[in-house]
Amino acid sequence: MDFTEEQINRYSRHILLPEVGGKGQKKIAKSRILLVGAGGLGSPAALYLAAAGVGTIGLIDSDVVDLTNLQRQVLHHTPDVGRPKVVSGKEKIQALNPDVSVSMYEERLTAGNALKIFNDYDVIIDGVDNFPAKFLINDASFFANKPLVHGGILRFDGRVTTIIPKKSACYRCVFKAPPPPGLVASCQEAGVIGVLAGIIGTIQATEALKLVLGIGRPLTDRMLDFDAKKTQFREIKVRRNPNCVLCGEHPTITELFDDGDPYAGCAVRPSA
Amino acid sequence: MQVKINGNPEEVTGGTVLDLLKTKNIEPQMVAVEVNDKVLDRDHLATTHLNEGDHVEFLFYMGGGR
Ligand SMILES: [Zn+2]
Repeated sequence: MDFTEEQINRYSRHILLPEVGGKGQKKIAKSRILLVGAGGLGSPAALYLAAAGVGTIGLIDSDVVDLTNLQRQVLHHTPDVGRPKVVSGKEKIQALNPDVSVSMYEERLTAGNALKIFNDYDVIIDGVDNFPAKFLINDASFFANKPLVHGGILRFDGRVTTIIPKKSACYRCVFKAPPPPGLVASCQEAGVIGVLAGIIGTIQATEALKLVLGIGRPLTDRMLDFDAKKTQFREIKVRRNPNCVLCGEHPTITELFDDGDPYAGCAVRPSA
Repeated sequence: MQVKINGNPEEVTGGTVLDLLKTKNIEPQMVAVEVNDKVLDRDHLATTHLNEGDHVEFLFYMGGGR
């Protein structure tokens, strides 16, 4: 694959970087990145990955754009209200960069479809809003052996971490299972400061690009928590848990399953 | 004695990790607890005693993203 003159211009600021260069830009152009959720976290990730020239971006989302989404889901614009998010997302991605091909999955991620979809990608980005889906994504990335960039946002707090299956701590190494549904507030109740999606989603995109390029130090075995009120990042060391129910020495999860009701809720944190 | 909780030094009376959660009004099911970088199984919260200088991390579930 050779770049056209226009592409060399478009990606010149990447190509100038010794860590990227023409070779790295070709890696990006050949890469396939899956965004599970084309919402808050998926929006900035999609836009920057599109701008970067990622070869294929997959978008999974079964929702249509709602007016309440526009406060943070910058992939979607006011005239998109009522339209499927994957359709709106594909349009924005290709308007920004026609080099990118977009695969749309207008469906919910389930234990039934996850592996088949994940198998087609190099890196998975978690941009979903509920625990059952986050655990499903963790498990599916493990079984498909795909690196996962996990993200979460809530009120004024965000978290991001990278998981390389069988090499670094997985989500279940820390959180064994989703919280009991009775204890969680719904996303609508909890609220979120919109810009957090941009901060965490762009870190997820950065991690994905690093993985594709094979450069730097991935955000593995570390949870990076961001407190927007204090403008403070904090890194929490985590490590593989030998008792992990998924990736530990005696796993009890040996195949994919839907761990709870995805509509149960998205937020837990005692009000401090 | 002094321990570090989420990076901040705090004076605690000792006891178990479960005692600490109780004094902080944290429901054990809402949090993953790490002591010195190791995640504690929930069954061990009541049997793990805190020691001077321990690093305790409360990791709350953070589920949003949309
Ligand atoms: Zn694990």
